[in-house]
Amino acid sequence: MTAPAYRHAVPEEATTMTTSTTSPARRTAARAGRRVLLALGLPVLLVVLWWIASANSTNYYFPPLSTILDWFRQLWLGNKFGSDVVPSLIRLFAGFAISVVLGVAAGVALGLTDALRRGAEPVLEFVRAIPPTVLVPVIAIFAGIGDSSKILVIVSGCVWPILLNTAEGVRAADEVMVDTCRSFGIRGFARLRHMVLPAAGPQIAAGLRQALSIGLILMVIGEMFAATNGLGFSIVQFQRTFAIPQMWSGIILLGVIGFVLSVVFNLVEKRALGWYQGQRESQKRNG
Amino acid sequence: MEDTITTEPMVRVTRLKKVYESSGRRVEAIGDVTFSVARGEFACIVGPSGAGKTTLLKCLAGLLQPTSGTVELEGTPVTGPPPGMAVVFQEYGRSLFPWKTVQQNIDLPLRQKGLPRPERERLTAEALTAVGLADVSRAYPWQLSGGMQQRVAIARAVAYEPHVLLMDEPFAAVDAQTRAELEDLVRSLWKTLGITTLFVTHDIDEAVYLGERVLVLSASPTHILEDVPVGLPVDRDQVTTRSTAGFAELRARVHRGIQDAKAGRQSTAQSIVGTAQ
Amino acid sequence: MTARGLTAPQRIRRPRLPRAPLVGIVIAVVAAELIPRSGLFPAGTLPPLSSVLAELCREAGTSALWQALGRTVRTWAIGLVIAVAAGVVIGVVIGLVPVLRAITASTVEFLRPIPSVALIPAVILIFGTGSQSGVVLIVYAAFWQVLLQVLYGIQDIDPVAMETARSYRFGTWATVRHVVWPTALPFVFTGVRLAASVALVLAITAELVIGTPGMGQLISVAQSSGATTRMFALVLLTGVLGVLVNVAFRFAERGVLSWHPSVRRAR
Repeated sequence: MTAPAYRHAVPEEATTMTTSTTSPARRTAARAGRRVLLALGLPVLLVVLWWIASANSTNYYFPPLSTILDWFRQLWLGNKFGSDVVPSLIRLFAGFAISVVLGVAAGVALGLTDALRRGAEPVLEFVRAIPPTVLVPVIAIFAGIGDSSKILVIVSGCVWPILLNTAEGVRAADEVMVDTCRSFGIRGFARLRHMVLPAAGPQIAAGLRQALSIGLILMVIGEMFAATNGLGFSIVQFQRTFAIPQMWSGIILLGVIGFVLSVVFNLVEKRALGWYQGQRESQKRNG
Repeated sequence: MEDTITTEPMVRVTRLKKVYESSGRRVEAIGDVTFSVARGEFACIVGPSGAGKTTLLKCLAGLLQPTSGTVELEGTPVTGPPPGMAVVFQEYGRSLFPWKTVQQNIDLPLRQKGLPRPERERLTAEALTAVGLADVSRAYPWQLSGGMQQRVAIARAVAYEPHVLLMDEPFAAVDAQTRAELEDLVRSLWKTLGITTLFVTHDIDEAVYLGERVLVLSASPTHILEDVPVGLPVDRDQVTTRSTAGFAELRARVHRGIQDAKAGRQSTAQSIVGTAQ
Repeated sequence: MTARGLTAPQRIRRPRLPRAPLVGIVIAVVAAELIPRSGLFPAGTLPPLSSVLAELCREAGTSALWQALGRTVRTWAIGLVIAVAAGVVIGVVIGLVPVLRAITASTVEFLRPIPSVALIPAVILIFGTGSQSGVVLIVYAAFWQVLLQVLYGIQDIDPVAMETARSYRFGTWATVRHVVWPTALPFVFTGVRLAASVALVLAITAELVIGTPGMGQLISVAQSSGATTRMFALVLLTGVLGVLVNVAFRFAERGVLSWHPSVRRAR
C-alpha cells in the first residue's frame, strides 16, 4: 500500500540570514512576489517558447499554438462545452461519487472486521491488479455504450484504491484512541463519526486522490472505446479525421481538467484535513 | 467526603489474575492482587517497570478482561468500561483527538452521556478553568505543549464527573518542570473535587508526594508487596514536603520494597543490589 | 508519526485464522462459477469460471498468446527502464539544487495530473501504431511516480547527516553516494513499484485503444468478435500478470532493502 503522500505545495522559503533593514511588511510582500514569480516563471516561459517556436510552423502535426488556442475557444468554450464537456464531467463525478460511497462503506466494514478483511484480501489483491482499462470492453458487453456503462467503467476502477486505503486506515486506528473511546463510552455510530473516520481521513484522502486520477483516465478511455459524445470521443474523432489543431486543443483541455481537479482536491483536503497537516508540522518541529 | 450511609469501598479488587496466552506461550502478568480503595481516597500504585502496572489499570478500567478475580466499582462488578470512571492515559498525543479542538475533545464524552448543551458548556468551561487552560479552548491539541495537552486530557476526565479517576503514568512523557506543575494540579483537583483517584506511576517520589497511600507492586507475576499509608499533611508543596524527614522515610520504605521486588525477579542480581544498598 | 511507547502491553492477538484467506478465495471461486450459471445474466455474456479457465488452458497451448504476452512485457519493460532512469537522474538533480526545485515545483504540479491517455491521439499521429507509442505513454505516466518519490526521499534526508558530510568535507559525489542515495533508496523503490504497475496498465491500455499487438489488442479483438469466454480468459491473465508484477517488486524491495530501518521496522 502506498504511504499517504502529503505534498507541501508551498515551496520552502529559503532561510536567508541577511541583515535586512526593510520593513517586515515590505519583506513579506517581496517574499510573496518571489513566490508568485517562482510558481509562474517556468510555466509561462514554456508556453511562450511553445508560442514562439510554433508561430510559423508548417509542420502538419505541430500547428501554431495560436491556431490551437483559437480552436480551443471556438470548440470548448462554444457549443461543444454543453454537448461533450458537461456529459463527460457528469459521468466522472457520478462515477467518483458512487465509488466514494461504496469504497468507504466497504472499506470501513473490512477495516473493522479482521476475519472479513483477511478473507477478502487475496481476492482484492487480484481484482486490484487487473488493469482497470481492460474492464472497459467487459463492461461494454453488459451495460452497452450508454452513460450507465461509462459510469460503471469509472466505478470499476475508482472503487479499489478508496476501499483498500479506507480499510487500511480504519484498521490502523490508534490503540490508545480506541481505549479512550471505550473508557468514555463512545460507541457505535458516534465512534465511527468522531474517531474511526477522522482517524482514517488522511489515508482515505490518499485513496481518493488515486481514484480521481484513475477516474479521469477511465472517463477518457471509456469514451474513446465506444461512445457517441464526450471528451475522449471528440479527441479520437479529431485524430481520425486528421483535425490536428482541434485534437491538440482537446488534449490541452484534458490537461487543464486534470490540473483543476487536482487543485480543487488539494483545497478541499486542506480544509478537511487541516488538523493532520498542522499536527505533522508540529511533530516535525518538535522532532 | 465522609459518607455516612455506606461503608462500601469505592473500588474493590479481589484475587485479580491476568494471564496472557499467545501461540503456546503463557505469560502471567498479574498473579494475585487484592486491595480496595475507599471513597475519596488518593492511592498511588508504584512498581518496577514490567510489573504489569498498565495491565492492572486496564483491568480496573474494564478495558481488559481479567483471567480470574473481580473488580467492583461501588459494589457493581466491572465487566466493561463503567460509566463512573475516567482514564487519563500516558500518551496524551494519542488519547486526544487531533481533529477536534480542545473544547470539542472535552465535549464529546459529555455528549455521549446525553447531557444537555448548557450543562456540557458549563462542565467544559469549569474543567478548563480548573486546569488553567480557559483561554485555549479553541486551539487544537497539537498546537499546545506536551504538558498543556496532558492538562486537556485531565480536564476531559474531570468534566466527565467520574466517581473514580484512573491515571496511567500520566506524566512519564513530560519534562521535570512541567511534571512538578502537573503533580500539584492533580493534588489540588483531588482536594477540591474529592474524586477517588488511582494513580499509576513508576516514580517512587511522585507516588509518595501525591498519594494518601502507596501500593507497592512486585515484579510480574504481580502481587501487592506493601500497602504504605502516607501520613504527610494534606497541603503539600514541592520543596518543603519533599525535604521533610517523613517524606524521606516513606520514600526509603517504598524504595526498599521496589528493590526487593527487583531482587525477587532476578535472583542473580541480588548480591549487586545488596551491595548497592 | 508518533513514536509508539513500548510500555503498553502488546495487545494479545486473537488466535489467527489461517484459513480466512483460503475461505475468501473459495467463496470467490464458487461465486464466479455459480453466478454465471444462475441465469441472472443473458446467456453468453458471463461465462462460468470453469469454462474461462478451460479456455485459458487452450489458449496457453497456442503461440499467439505467448507472443502477445511477450510483446506486452517487452513494451512494459522498455518503458519502465526509461522512466526509472529519467526519474532518478532528474529527481536527484532537482532535489539537490534548491533553486531548480523552487522553479520546477509548479510545473511538476501542472504536468503530473494531466492524464497520460489524453496523449494517445497525439502519440498515434506522431509515432504510429507500433509499440513505440506504448513506450512513450508508459514513460510519460511512470516518470512522475519515480520523480515524486525521489523528491520526497531527498526531502527526507536528515539535515544532521548532511551537515556531518559537509563537516568531513565530502565532495558532491561522495555526498550523493553515501548520504543521499541510501536515504532516498526506499523512496526510489516505492516509486519503481508504483511505476511498474502504472506502466503495465498503460502498456495494455495502449494496445487496447491503439491496436498495437499485445494482450490489450487480443482482448479488444475478442470483444469485438463476440468471443466472450476468450475475452474473460485474457482479462484473468492480465490480472495474474498484475499480481506477479506487484509480488515481484515487493520481494525485490524487501531483498534489496533488508538492511534499511524502514523495512526492518515493518517486520
